Amino acid sequence: MSNIPADLKYTRSHEWLKALPEGIVEIGISDHAQESLGDLVFVELPEVGRSLAAGEACAVVESVKAASDIYAPVAATVVAINAQLAEAPELINQDPYGRGWIMRLKPTAQGAPSGLLSAHDYQALAAAG
Amino acid sequence: MVEFGGWDMPVAYGSQIEEHHAVRHAAGVFDVSHMCVVDLVGARTRALLSGLLANDIGRLRVPGSALYSCMLNDLGGVIDDLIAYYVADDRFRLVVNAGTRDKDLAWIGAHAVAFDVRLLERRDLAMLAVQGPLARERTATLMSSEAGWTAMALPPFYGAQLGEWFISRTGYTGEDGFEIMLPAGETGNLWQRLNASGVRSCGLGARDTLRLEAGMNLYGSDMDEQTSPLESGLAWSVAFAPTQREFIGREALEAIRARGAEHKRVGLVLDERAVLRSHQRVIVTGIGEGMVTSGTFSPTLSRSIGLARVPSATGDAVQVEVRGRLLPAVAVRPPFVRHGRPMIALPA
Repeated sequence: MSNIPADLKYTRSHEWLKALPEGIVEIGISDHAQESLGDLVFVELPEVGRSLAAGEACAVVESVKAASDIYAPVAATVVAINAQLAEAPELINQDPYGRGWIMRLKPTAQGAPSGLLSAHDYQALAAAG
Repeated sequence: MVEFGGWDMPVAYGSQIEEHHAVRHAAGVFDVSHMCVVDLVGARTRALLSGLLANDIGRLRVPGSALYSCMLNDLGGVIDDLIAYYVADDRFRLVVNAGTRDKDLAWIGAHAVAFDVRLLERRDLAMLAVQGPLARERTATLMSSEAGWTAMALPPFYGAQLGEWFISRTGYTGEDGFEIMLPAGETGNLWQRLNASGVRSCGLGARDTLRLEAGMNLYGSDMDEQTSPLESGLAWSVAFAPTQREFIGREALEAIRARGAEHKRVGLVLDERAVLRSHQRVIVTGIGEGMVTSGTFSPTLSRSIGLARVPSATGDAVQVEVRGRLLPAVAVRPPFVRHGRPMIALPA
């Protein structure tokens, strides 16, 4: 059974979101996603400062098995990326909610992003495959 | 778990890359019971195989010796690739792919009738592959001292019947090791004892990255009934000599050889941070196009490698279309890795 922390929000495309101070949102992929992908070998990250539309493909995680796009869950600006992943993509496998974070975004709109899944709802999605 | 040739098989037991490294540097065990084992029994089995196989069964002179071969159709296309073991004068054992079992048995069975040869599919046998520089030693210590001694003395590509086990010094990883056919009920016990002596459980994922580094073809990806062994990197396994040996597909292959094959198989190395995958387009400037037939990330070389079918005139520089981008790749001669060591020069 994969680990789905209750304090995070999730997307249908298997990203997680963590609220940081000052309206910043940290993004990564779920434990379920890293498990399905298998060993990650490359991570392609966006440039800091890039503006993203909601739903825009902005990063790629590639495993031994397959390449998978990471989508911006909200319209936002990239404020930080996890540069360590360039040398150590396996951090996503080892610690998907911690040292395997992918990027930090500053959403364009104020307030909580909408259309996200709770841990409970994501659990159901992950269980369905 | 993943469906493979009608079997449910684990892609990995833990980290696929760690399983890969275990086989390159120590030892790993794979459950390859999906492979189809069939014994051919009858006084004229050798004559049957002489006509069915592109490699020359006549090369097997000593009981226990083994031969890798393609089995071809009349057009020279590959029905399957297999290993044939010379067990006794009236008994040869074939190990064929799981996904091709039905058509293989039908094809062999149809030709066997005229030779009065019987097919005995050995569903009673399971098969474990123990591979890696420490594989033979760690396996032999689990056997009786006499059986262990016999197993350790096997030359590469030889097998021996030891009690109820048939053990051979073969594999699909580019490392030394054994493949063990044994009564299915004994598998779990042997697996656990191997684990206990430091042999790591490995899944289908590591099996694929290891065979690709070793430059070995996968049936259905790197060759099939539409491609001949001459354009699939398997010309070495076709025995045109002696010239009087008739085998199915010979005429077609001789015609291809006379006019020159249109395609050849090459290995590809990608220097970019991306991964080659099967069916990606290969562009050879001024010459034409080809296709990646297998691709993966090589844990040993820390970059992507692949096998591709390309026009015969292809030199060493090609481009591959990877996720919408044209990336430069270098065409090389496989294997990429053998016995734990890189076999190709890598850019710094």
